[in-house]
Amino acid sequence: MKIHEYQAKELFARYGVPIPRGRVAFSVDEAVEVARELGRYPVVVKAQIHAGGRGKGGGVKLANSEEEVLKVAQEILGMTLVTHQTGPEGKVVRKVLVEEGLPIENELYFGMLPDRSTGTVAVMASSAGGMDIEEVAAKEPEKIVKVNVDPLLGMQPFHARQLAYGLSLSPELTRQFVPLALNLYRLFIDYDCSLVEINPLIVTSDHKLIALDAKINFDDNGLFRHKDILAYRDPDEEDPLELEAAKYNLNYIKMNGNIGNMVNGAGLAMATMDLIKLAGAEPANFLDVGGGASAEMVENGFKIILSDPNVKGVFVNIFGGILRCDVLARGIVEAAKKVEVKVPIVIRMEGTNVEQGREILNQSGLNLIVATDLKDAAQKVATIAKN
Amino acid sequence: MAIWVDSDTRLLVQGITGREGQFHTRQCIAYGTKVVAGVTPGKGGQDLDGIPVFNTVKEAVSKTGANCSMVFVPPAFAADAILEAIDAEVPLIVAITEGIPVFDMMKVKNVLKHSNSRLIGPNCPGIITPGQCKVGIMPGPIHKPGPIGVVSRSGTLTYEVVYQLTQQGIGQSTCIGIGGDPINGTNFIDCLEAFQKDPETKGIVMVGEIGGSAEEEAAEFIKKHVTKPVVGFVAGLTAPPGRRMGHAGAIISGSSGTAQAKIEAMEAVGITVVKNLGEFGEICKEAFKSVL
Repeated sequence: MKIHEYQAKELFARYGVPIPRGRVAFSVDEAVEVARELGRYPVVVKAQIHAGGRGKGGGVKLANSEEEVLKVAQEILGMTLVTHQTGPEGKVVRKVLVEEGLPIENELYFGMLPDRSTGTVAVMASSAGGMDIEEVAAKEPEKIVKVNVDPLLGMQPFHARQLAYGLSLSPELTRQFVPLALNLYRLFIDYDCSLVEINPLIVTSDHKLIALDAKINFDDNGLFRHKDILAYRDPDEEDPLELEAAKYNLNYIKMNGNIGNMVNGAGLAMATMDLIKLAGAEPANFLDVGGGASAEMVENGFKIILSDPNVKGVFVNIFGGILRCDVLARGIVEAAKKVEVKVPIVIRMEGTNVEQGREILNQSGLNLIVATDLKDAAQKVATIAKN
Repeated sequence: MAIWVDSDTRLLVQGITGREGQFHTRQCIAYGTKVVAGVTPGKGGQDLDGIPVFNTVKEAVSKTGANCSMVFVPPAFAADAILEAIDAEVPLIVAITEGIPVFDMMKVKNVLKHSNSRLIGPNCPGIITPGQCKVGIMPGPIHKPGPIGVVSRSGTLTYEVVYQLTQQGIGQSTCIGIGGDPINGTNFIDCLEAFQKDPETKGIVMVGEIGGSAEEEAAEFIKKHVTKPVVGFVAGLTAPPGRRMGHAGAIISGSSGTAQAKIEAMEAVGITVVKNLGEFGEICKEAFKSVL
């Protein structure tokens, strides 16, 4: 799960990680009010959306007077911000963070995330702040310092010092960096984060380390023990169909193609999307109805897929195994009748009693194209994609 | 001979009294697996179809000689269950549970490093040696004893691949689902190493998906240490970046973890990578011709 910068900064503040003064505003009037409270110019007005690259897209602006705050807040609030992370359709800005503008002497990068292969927390810092860390890693890897923290031990002061010396921080800045790093690690662990990133972590002209930006992603599997974080969820940032699917416990991701698909199991679902592409069409979605698909899941899946107007055909691929295909086939037929499917549906299923299942589908009188195996299904999908 | 599980495996089931635990315990027994014990804290003294249930793993192991545990405990308590099995020195632990927090698994992984236990999973279908022993939720009848070792990050995608192998008359030595989570106990390399050593395994099927760099690392290992033919598949060529595709570990972050990069790394070391999943069985028949 992702949250906004202003929400991440609320958590930073709670953990003693220094941030600029300021707060979120939901209207132009409120933005002006925050600027007045800050009582000093310049102030920075930052669009709050769940995507990076906001500055380049025109979503972050400096204002030197109340009039300018009014003007830039008017420009940013309500705009459709397009960045390299939003996709071409962009995202509508509904709130801005208004903060004091700070004199910057230097920009650093600081971040942590789980390291898959070692099972540790990778903590990284770089002297090339403000830049995309992947780009730095590719072009100037010598600018990145990294320590791997064993979660059984936790981050120790020496880890933080290693990073500080690696960045050649002055003794004065090292004294600030060590507690900042330890506090951020505590936040990372306490809240089951999957990413915490400060980019840039700035050194001000009066030698203070301050988190100018803040990014936190959470491990979805850990959310059950963080009810307070769930309150940060912003439905405006999520696709309405995906929200609907989540209600039915379906794992659905909307995409831009025209062949909908419903599969049991995530790996097979991805492979099925790839197969649709190979057949000369584009997948309209990812939909995993779970390893043990039930008739009810299938019905809800149909509803979600068919509410996407781009869908011109559907490919159902269920590898049941233990699941009985006759039961599943009856479920599919019932669901298709209820939902009034108007597009062609290719169905491939495998499992116990598969012959009986196919028979039920064939005799249903519905517009169902029953495939014998995956190869046959791919060819049938290619045919409906062409029409 | 196969690897890790066989007719000598004595299975205990953690979470045996839950709905899933009961169902799949019975399925394993029906396949021929020797299930000797169950563990559910607070339900010690009860039984499932005559299988004794204990309060702790330690007690179950000492009273029944169990040497493998299958974990069906819900995600919030699953890491604790795995840690209990490690503490009881169970040699092989197979965690089926999906949805365990990453941080919990990080702790487990670091405890594992200092133990003699092997963990398969979590978030996996389990492990099966066809004709001998099934520890997991995979459908038994699609498998067939034979010479091909299968290792995969997925569940139903593995069933698809195994099914196509069996349809072509190609049997399997052992099939292992290593799970779809970012942090797991056993990785591709562990399985490849074991398959390479196993005289009954003549060829290997490796099924990967987007996210992380396990496939690239496996390819590097294959180049140096694996002499048996390998056929591969990677799911997620059409997956959009930045989205978690069902499995917690299946996510392209920035430019890393793409299917394209994994396929290239695998092809570069001589692995036959199948592009059209519908042709998997046929391509295996050709690629494994010399060893079948």
